[in-house]
Amino acid sequence: MTTPTTLEHDHHAEAERYDKTIFGFWIYLMTDCIVFATFFAAYAVLHNNTFGGPSSRDLFSLPFALSETLILLTSSFTCGLAMLAAHRKEKAKVMALFGVTFLLGLSFLGLELTEFSHLVHEGNSWQRSAFLSSFFSLVGCHGLHITCGLFWMFVMMAHVSIRGLTASTLRRLTCLSLFWHFLDVIWVLIFTIVYLMGVK
Amino acid sequence: MKNTSHTINKQHEDHGTSKSLIIGFAYSIVLTLAAYFLVVEKVISGWVLDATIVTLCLAQITVQLLFFLHLKNESRPRWKLLIFLFMLGVVVILIAGSLWIMHNLDYRMMTDMSSMKNLQTQ
Repeated sequence: MTTPTTLEHDHHAEAERYDKTIFGFWIYLMTDCIVFATFFAAYAVLHNNTFGGPSSRDLFSLPFALSETLILLTSSFTCGLAMLAAHRKEKAKVMALFGVTFLLGLSFLGLELTEFSHLVHEGNSWQRSAFLSSFFSLVGCHGLHITCGLFWMFVMMAHVSIRGLTASTLRRLTCLSLFWHFLDVIWVLIFTIVYLMGVK
Repeated sequence: MKNTSHTINKQHEDHGTSKSLIIGFAYSIVLTLAAYFLVVEKVISGWVLDATIVTLCLAQITVQLLFFLHLKNESRPRWKLLIFLFMLGVVVILIAGSLWIMHNLDYRMMTDMSSMKNLQTQ
């Protein structure tokens, strides 16, 4: 009689811990939204202050930004698929799908850095104008989050391959997937406000 | 499914299905491409274009919140939604407030290029 009740108790405790962790992480994500909102506010205020330099219309290429967006959207999708596989305890599938997500995230970061180095080489770095300062801090802040997310994903993949899909791994993977989807939402805002509305 | 234990049921509704993921993914691709082609092909312009792009963007974010971040599957005391709405309130105050204050400052200092031109023509 004692074994089932302890098991049930353990299960209950784990479920509660899972809920608490996800909720705590959700609160972090919401505060991070406010951080991004301050960068967006700075960009909205400063995007016309070009100091005689190039404006957003002269600098940004829409097809380039579209490919970045599609890559990040796809990586968010594969991340969601990986989480479904994780809940079904399919370890090989989890590793493969997170591998794909990682590579997509890496190519997104590569594209972003290509754009940055292109801008800097043409003399349009963050020192050129207030508009470019606010652009680099907004998009750079997103890129920094992506870099952290990729590092975290790498660590979690090592974790899964060594320890398997335990309750604690699943909890951490869920936080990671929330983080990744959240970055996707922020990028949609950047794509709309910085690129689409900046070039039109 | 309803009669199984509370925990299993909760975990089940927490992470959605592959069908809901595919629907969400399809919606977000379509919304992104729609906004892109509206801008590139110059079908509409001016404030109508602005309003359409912003609407598409908001639709896209709603889709992602529902299908990827699973905000719709939350069980009853909806704390996540509550915190999300609070964040939204803070963000609106922050952005609208910044724009308002800085626009007002610009207006009073006359640093805006268009108002400089107005001064010269007067």
